[in-house]
This record gives sequence, C-alpha cells and structure tokens, in this order.
Amino acid sequence: MSKDIRIRKGLNINLVGAAEHTTSKAVTSNVYALNLNEFHGITPKMLIKQGEEVKAGEPLFYNKNKEQMHFVSPVSGELVEIVRGARRKILSLKILADKTQEYMINKVPDLDTADGAAIKNYLLHSGGWPFIKQRPYDVIANPDATPKAIFISAYATAPLAADVDYVLKGKEQELQAAIVALGKMTPGKIHVSIGNSARSPFADLKGIELHKVSGPHPAGLVGTQINKIDPINKGEVVWTVSPQDMVILGELLLTGKFNAERTIALAGSVIKAPKYHTTKIGAEISTFLYASGVSEDRFRLINGDVLTGSKTTTEGYLGFYNNTVTAIPEGDDYELFGWNKPVFNKISTTRALTFSWLQPKKKYDLDTNTNGEHRAFVVTGQYEEVFPMDIYPLQLLKACMVKDLDEMEQLGLYEVAPEDFSLTEFICISKQPHQQIIRDGLDLLQKELG
Amino acid sequence: MKDKLHQLKLKYEGKKMAPAFNALHTFLYTPNETTHSGAHVRGADDLKRTMNTVIMALVPCLIFGMFNAGYQQYIAINGAPENFSLFNDFLTWSNFLVGLTTILPLVIVSYGIGLGIEFLFAVIKGHEVEEGYLVTGMLVPLIVPVDTPLWMLAIAVAFGVVIGKEVFGGTGMNILNPALTIRAFLFFAYPTWMSGDKVWVHGAVDGLTKAGSADAISGETILGSLAQGTSNLSYSLSDMFYGFIPGSVGETSKILILLGALFLIFSKIASWRIIVSGVLGALAMGLIFNGIVDAGWLPTYSKFYTLMSFPYWQHLLVGGLAFGIVFMATDPVTGSQTNRGKWIYGFLIGFMSVMIRVFNPGYPEGVFLAILLMNVFAPTIDHYVVRGNIKKRLKRLKTATIYPKTSDEVDSLKTETA
Repeated sequence: MSKDIRIRKGLNINLVGAAEHTTSKAVTSNVYALNLNEFHGITPKMLIKQGEEVKAGEPLFYNKNKEQMHFVSPVSGELVEIVRGARRKILSLKILADKTQEYMINKVPDLDTADGAAIKNYLLHSGGWPFIKQRPYDVIANPDATPKAIFISAYATAPLAADVDYVLKGKEQELQAAIVALGKMTPGKIHVSIGNSARSPFADLKGIELHKVSGPHPAGLVGTQINKIDPINKGEVVWTVSPQDMVILGELLLTGKFNAERTIALAGSVIKAPKYHTTKIGAEISTFLYASGVSEDRFRLINGDVLTGSKTTTEGYLGFYNNTVTAIPEGDDYELFGWNKPVFNKISTTRALTFSWLQPKKKYDLDTNTNGEHRAFVVTGQYEEVFPMDIYPLQLLKACMVKDLDEMEQLGLYEVAPEDFSLTEFICISKQPHQQIIRDGLDLLQKELG
Repeated sequence: MKDKLHQLKLKYEGKKMAPAFNALHTFLYTPNETTHSGAHVRGADDLKRTMNTVIMALVPCLIFGMFNAGYQQYIAINGAPENFSLFNDFLTWSNFLVGLTTILPLVIVSYGIGLGIEFLFAVIKGHEVEEGYLVTGMLVPLIVPVDTPLWMLAIAVAFGVVIGKEVFGGTGMNILNPALTIRAFLFFAYPTWMSGDKVWVHGAVDGLTKAGSADAISGETILGSLAQGTSNLSYSLSDMFYGFIPGSVGETSKILILLGALFLIFSKIASWRIIVSGVLGALAMGLIFNGIVDAGWLPTYSKFYTLMSFPYWQHLLVGGLAFGIVFMATDPVTGSQTNRGKWIYGFLIGFMSVMIRVFNPGYPEGVFLAILLMNVFAPTIDHYVVRGNIKKRLKRLKTATIYPKTSDEVDSLKTETA
C-alpha cells in the first residue's frame, strides 16, 4: 500500500558535478577517524586507551549518560591518537588500520523470536544504535523512549546527494533485516518514502508503510515527510534512520559483524570525474578524492551535501553519517557591483535582476561566497515559499533567537531538525545562520525540558 | 583597486570607523565573505539587491515628479495649455529644470541627513550600516510637497530616523515606517505648510505666480478641493491617471505607480497580497460611502457629501493612496509578516485610508495615517494568525501517542517501593 506525498513548496538547487552511476573501490585508508562532534550531545567515556588494539566492531567508548550505548571502531587496528580540545574534550579518535581486518563477531539475536528489548540491547552494545536518530531534538535516539513511528527517507533531493536507489542496489536482504528489527522496537509503523520514478530497493519489502514522494527539495528530507505523514506532537518521539545506515544495521543483525563499508558519492564542480566510491566510515577523504581528479587548488570540501554538510579538508575523514562528499569552489573574492548588476550564474528565488527563473533546469556552479552580508531579518514571506511544513519558519527562528521556550514549543520546534532549515538558510536575504539558530534552540529546549 | 581596498579593509578591521568604511566598500564590491557553518552555498540575493529593486521601481516616479513640478508651475502661471501635448507641454527641458532644482535638493537632504545618522549610529554602536535607509531616503522626497523647506525636511528626517528607527535598534527592528514617521512629523509639526493650497506647486508660496491668476489657479490638490465641497473638478480622469495634477512629488502618476507595482510583484520583492488587498479595501470603503449617498441617507448640504459621493474607484486615482499601498504598505519590516496577516493588513489600510480621507477633511491624505495605524496593529494581526497555527498544533496534541519512557517506569516503581 502506498500513499503519495506531493510537495509543492521548495526549490531544487541544480549544481554541476553530479556523481555518475559508476562505482570504483577506493584505496584502502591507512588511518581512520571518528569525529565525536557528529554525535551531538554525547559525552564520551573511553573504553580503550591510546595505543591499544581494537577489532572492527569493538567498542571504543560509551555514552556517559547511557552506559549501554557503545560506539565501535569501524576497522581493526591501533588507537593511535585521541585528539583533545579545550578542557580536554575529546574531538576525534584516530585508528591506524591493520593490513588484514579482523572483525568482532557479536552473538546475533534470532530476528524471528527476539523481542524489542533484546534487539535494543543488541544494537546498543554492538555499535548499531548511533545510527538511529530521534526527533524531537535531532540527536541519537534515547533508548528509554518508545517511538510512535519510525521514518526512513529513501529519496534524496538535496543538491548532488548520493542516489539512494543506486547505492542500495542489491542490499534488499540487509534492509529487510533492519526493518524487521526496527519494527520490534515500535508499536507504530515504519514509514518509508521513496521517489516516484525510480525502482527502489524498498519497493517490495515487508513490514513498512510505503510512501511515494514527489516535488522539489526538501521533499526528500525526512522532516518534511514526517510533517506530511504524521507530525510530531509534544511528548511524542519518532526515530529516523538514513537508508545507507540501514544496510550496516542489517548486516550487523544478520552476521553479527559491524561492517563500516558504504558507497559514497563524490560530487561537485571541482571534481573532474564525479562518481561513486566504496569505502568505509572514517576513511581518509584523500583515498578517493584524487582518484577522480581535482580541477582547482583551493576548494571547499564538504562532508555531506552543500546545504547541510560540514566543512572538512583534504586531510579530513569521511563522516559517520555521510554518504556524500562534495567539493565546490571557494568564493573568497570580491565582486564589483555584485549587488546591483544582473545575475545569471547564481540561483535566486526572486526575480530582482536575478535570472535563474528563466532556466529552471540549468545547472549552476555555485561557490561558497555568501553573496552579501549578515543583516537583521527584513524581508518576509520568502521562506514560506520553500518551506513545505505547516510551521511558521520566520516566527520559529525568532522564537529561538530570543530563547522563548513556550513560543518555540508552540510553534513546532519539536518537529524540526536543523537540516529542515537549510533551504531557508540558502535563500535568506539577510544571510542569517538558520541551521545554527535551530540547533541552539533545540539544545536549549532539550536542556530545559528534555 | 580591489587589492588596495582589501588592504584598507584589513587596516580598518576592529577599528571604530570600520562600519563606515565597510558600508562604502560593499557598495563597490560584494564582500569576499564565505560561508562558515550551515549551508555552504547561498542564494544570489542580499539586502542591497532587494532595496535596489525598490529604488528602481521608484525612479520613474521621481523623474515624472520632476517634470510635473515644472509643469504645475507653468500652468499656475500661464494657465493650462489648450491642446495638451505630452512632448511640447510636459516633457520639456524647462519643466525638468524647474523640477530638478526643486526636487534634487530634497533628495540630497533626505539621503545626506538620513545616511549621516545611520553611519553615526553604526560607528557608535559598532554594527554594520544596514541598507534600510536606501529606500526610506528615496521615499521621503516623493511623499512631501514640492516646496517643503529644506530645513524642515532635515529636522523631520533626523526625527524620523532617530525616533522612528534607531531607538528600536535600526533596520529590521522598527515598528513604524520611517518614511511615514518623517511625513507625519512634517504634517503635525508644520501643519500650515503641509496642507492648504500653496505648497503643492513650486513658487506658489513665494507669490511667484502672477497676481491676477494666483487666486484663480491655486495649487490645490484634488482631495483638498473635494474636502472643501468643490465637486466639479478641473482635472480629467486621464489627467489623474497619467499624473498631470498637483500633489506630492512622486504620488501623482498612477500609471507609473502601477508599473512600479507590477515590477515589484514580478520580482517578488513586494507582497502582492498587501497590494491587492489594499486596493480591495479602498474600493470596499468607497463603495460603502457611495451606497450611503445613493440610498439618500446623507443630505446634500452635509460637509461629507462631495467626498462621499466621489466615485469609489476614483479614490485610487487621487492623492497618495496608490503610492502608499504600493510602496509604503509593503514595507516588510513594519507590515504584517504572515501571508494571511498580509491580506488583513492590506485590506484595512485601504479601508481606513478612504475612511480617514472622507471623515476628516483636515487630513485629506488619509493613507499615511492609515498605514501608520496598521503598522502598530500588524504585530497583533500576526499574533492571531500564528495563534491559529498553534491552536491546530494543540488540537493535534489530543490524539498524540505518547509511550512512557522505560526509565520512567523504573522510577515510578522506585517511588512505590520507597
């Protein structure tokens, strides 16, 4: 059974450098790293000392507030460095990989008979849990809560994002296993959204409620889909898992092995031959970056897509949740009369001498220039054009900025994640940091009421 | 040039004068700022471009106003030409020169004083100069009478920018439209100058017009004469539509205002909701008044009779109503911010404008008061619109499926055993 969701408000940002549908195996990385900032709100407590050996899938640290929640190593090797920042906060862990990989084999619960608690316990200890995120607050799911539903978006609409159907091809078995396991942890439904045209690996799976989504970005964001299918109310919890992480969960449930391998898209106008690469979580980006050729010396390397990803460098590592790495030109140059001359090579939702409305299909080569300075909120009614949720975006942002908890709650902060505000941030005339404002708002709400 | 300015920018960085320098620098070059967090690419629009678009829509009104200033003076002295020809009688160099010499100083004073204060505040408070005044500075000369003394304008601009805007925190924070605050200040501080039949035509105040004809052809606006009960107007409808009538500098040409409105709506800078509902509101109030007259409820000797019987749709052609709805009511900062609120806000502006216009002959130009009034009410309108969304969310909450947390169960067991 499928229900169609049509999104009309939004904006597709077409960029040059989309990854071609060919996959090559990336060179094996020497060092793997976990960036702990990605696990938002987790206070790590180390289980392994610097210099000790770990197997792939062996716990490195646990969540101080939830001791069962383990975070495991993507590869086997030696923990060579614990990078610390101010007040000795752990920033990242670096593991020197062994030549031959050894896996820790977990004892797998029987998927047919195990109950939700057993599955939960297994995923917490085996390192699969961090892949499950929750809303409200957009953090790693709290294992104590029971979600009313689980949402999976198997439709990527973000600019240059990896094609979900392509990277998941042939992974039906793992996906089905993950779905069975997830289904045991909620009395509600598992909603899976797929694109309208392509043949999705989710199409024939059992135990899910399938939705066909169409429309411009952010149709593919899970937040948009939640809002249209079954919006979150105060006190409710929903879980979200991204589809490529389901593959790792599935394998973990079928074989007991934490296999950090995944197919990622290397895209962006700076990449000469953008395509897909198979690599592992935490791998050095340079192991696949240069294989495709890079056309510029200075460019912005992004772990993730251009709207929501995090900045990294050529010495950086693939993020825990990312299946896309994007490289676009830096825009740190002045532009003469950039504010009043007609613009043909940038995207805009207005028509104020900006002409992207003439060619909606054109692909653009955007750089990282902000195209203007940070200003107070002035213009109104523009965010609404690209924001499909039943929420007042400007009012919610302002509530977060003034830290008005009641207002934040009433205006629907429980329903959103920072990524839902990536498109409003893109078009913002006042160049306000929307995602940061929402993140701070969520953190405050969680601290005060969570 | 680019590199030199970049060096200068680095030199000024962190200094007191940095905002002033950056304001000038960014006019020449879009800054080299790149994204740090959040979205790595950004849309093409910034506030400067937005403001610039509004100014582009205003320029035709300004140029027309210059010609019209000369033309109104010409017909005040020589009488209206018998066979009016656009090129021989209106678009002439002598008309333009009269307009240029009277209106350009207004523009210069408006921008000079206003931007001066903006820069001053930016330097003192250490924030960047925001672009809000670019449009305000252009609006001000367009909504004042031609012969406004410059010193009055200077005082009014200073008042409007400081009290109307900076005390609230500058661009984006103000409650009242600064341009209208300036206009209101002029109106209430110098009422004898700002109304009556002298200020609308250049030279009329100084008695420059010929002694014999000065009384016959005063520089009265159409609304002024209507308010005094003159119902046979000396201007045709086409005069009103094209704008060959006395009035504030930029407000007379309805066709150029219409073109400006279409441009702003097309470029998605101004809210079409406010413009459309504003027009609807004005028509609605006009129709009600016409209906009262048609029903015979109003005796012909009533002082409201002429204005009430004025055909409802012609209200849009006289005075500043059209200009106000298109360029002032659509100010996003002081107007309603929600789409539904914009409909209510715009409608009430049109409605109130015509009401004030008819009921208070002392303020024939009701639109600026109506907009200022609705500026004050805009947050209230938004409040109720947003409440609607919150109510929907609360209603949904009743059907929420909330499962108890497992730790809660443990906790409750603990308290039971304790």
